[in-house]
Amino acid sequence: MIALFLRDVKLGLRAGGGALVGILFFLAVIAVVPFGVGPDLNLLARIGPAILWIGALLAGLLGLDRLFQADREDGALDVLLVHAPGFNLALAVLVKCLAHWTAAILPLVVASPLLGLFMNMTPQGIGATALTLLVGTPAIAFIGAVGAAVAVALPRGGLLVSVVILPLVIPVLIFGVSAAYAAVNDPDPFLPPFLILAALTLFFAVIGPAAAALALHHGSD
Amino acid sequence: MNENVATGWSITALANPTRFISIADKVIPWLGGLAALAIAVALWMGFNAPEDYQQGVTVRIMYIHVPFAWLAMFGYSMMAASALGTLVWRHPLADVSVKAAAPIGAAFTLLALVTGSIWGKPMWGTWWVWDARLTSVFVLFLMYLGLIALNRALDDPSRAAKASAVLALIGFVNIPIIKFSVDWWNTLHQPAAVFRMDGPTIHASLLWPLMISALGFTLLFLTLHLMAMRTEILRRRVTAMRRLAARRADKG
Amino acid sequence: MNHDAYVFAAYAISALVIALTVGWVVFDYRGRKADLATLEAAGVRRRSEEA
Repeated sequence: MIALFLRDVKLGLRAGGGALVGILFFLAVIAVVPFGVGPDLNLLARIGPAILWIGALLAGLLGLDRLFQADREDGALDVLLVHAPGFNLALAVLVKCLAHWTAAILPLVVASPLLGLFMNMTPQGIGATALTLLVGTPAIAFIGAVGAAVAVALPRGGLLVSVVILPLVIPVLIFGVSAAYAAVNDPDPFLPPFLILAALTLFFAVIGPAAAALALHHGSD
Repeated sequence: MNENVATGWSITALANPTRFISIADKVIPWLGGLAALAIAVALWMGFNAPEDYQQGVTVRIMYIHVPFAWLAMFGYSMMAASALGTLVWRHPLADVSVKAAAPIGAAFTLLALVTGSIWGKPMWGTWWVWDARLTSVFVLFLMYLGLIALNRALDDPSRAAKASAVLALIGFVNIPIIKFSVDWWNTLHQPAAVFRMDGPTIHASLLWPLMISALGFTLLFLTLHLMAMRTEILRRRVTAMRRLAARRADKG
Repeated sequence: MNHDAYVFAAYAISALVIALTVGWVVFDYRGRKADLATLEAAGVRRRSEEA
């Protein structure tokens, strides 16, 4: 499993892997917001956590379709299906999700403080947003795995995966932003949304890979 | 190639597609007629009932809006149950059920949103507001659309069946989560007025038309669902026959 | 707009969408039946099991 993890991380970080493109996309989204909204620093600071979350969400959705496609193209997926039935397949999918998160989404989390400066956010705001992103974005990877597995055979599955997954990640977005804002606006409670966010990630860590494994297994029949 | 052996030894009599079609042919006209009758009765009762004390005549939108909203949920529950049928019991017609229900459920969800919006304008002064119920139903609508898109993208029926089933179930699991998160996020919509702990707060003269209307539209949904299932079975036969014909043309 | 117009609009749009939905379901059904009839007239036979 560790070998699988390292392999996927390496593949993700390579030039054709799309991880770096994700960061650039994130940067592009954040960069255009001031152009669209106006340079009013107070406004930017107020919408900062939300924009960072939306940017990370979109950038995260971007690379999801590739989660299984590279493996499918070179036949590794079939090997995985044969040699890792049932629970092991779910475990393998979990590992792939973690690898994808490490290679493609974790860099976004690391980049978010810098982009938070673009949005004129306070240090607490930046810290809280980065923390909520760290805890919440794995959920996106796990939910996204289901979408990726279901659309694995489609040539242009990327857009479909994003469309299909978007309603399902809305709760993650809601609680992530809620927690991030709570750290900035005093009366708002931080722990409840943050803990729910963590719970969502853990919950989807279980059912996401399980459902994706189910979809992959049936998709190859 | 065919994993669905249609014999008389199936778990339910409806597993045989041909038998299903013949039963559907008989049931559909009755179901449709009953639906039309119920809706007509409900609307007649509703328009003869007194106007609401606070809302005036616009309360009459309730007779269609609330059933549409219930059907939005009912439709998705049907799809989820059918999805279980595909994945767990491997019922031959379960995936037909999922595929057929999606557009009908989506239509009712859209109507729920539109009638709700039209009801909201005179009541709240705005066409749209991001309150808990509206937002949840909107997200549900997006989930319907995603499922329809997935069904259309996957050509092979058996592969589309399993994929749609998995997606429908994951979506269903998400519905309480989405509801909870959206509730957390905002609330403006009128609190539950029918299914409450201490009984409905709606007066009987308004409640009866509402219930009958809900029944009528549910029957309508079921009628359309059966019709769509029947058509889907025919569509698969057409595809199979065309493939057979093409293969024979190749050989000949 | 007075409130009657809203009620009317709601019912009108609902009737329209439902009519379109019913219409589409019926139209689709008739189309498939026609396809089947064409194929059967051309001599293509189904296997006795659902293919």
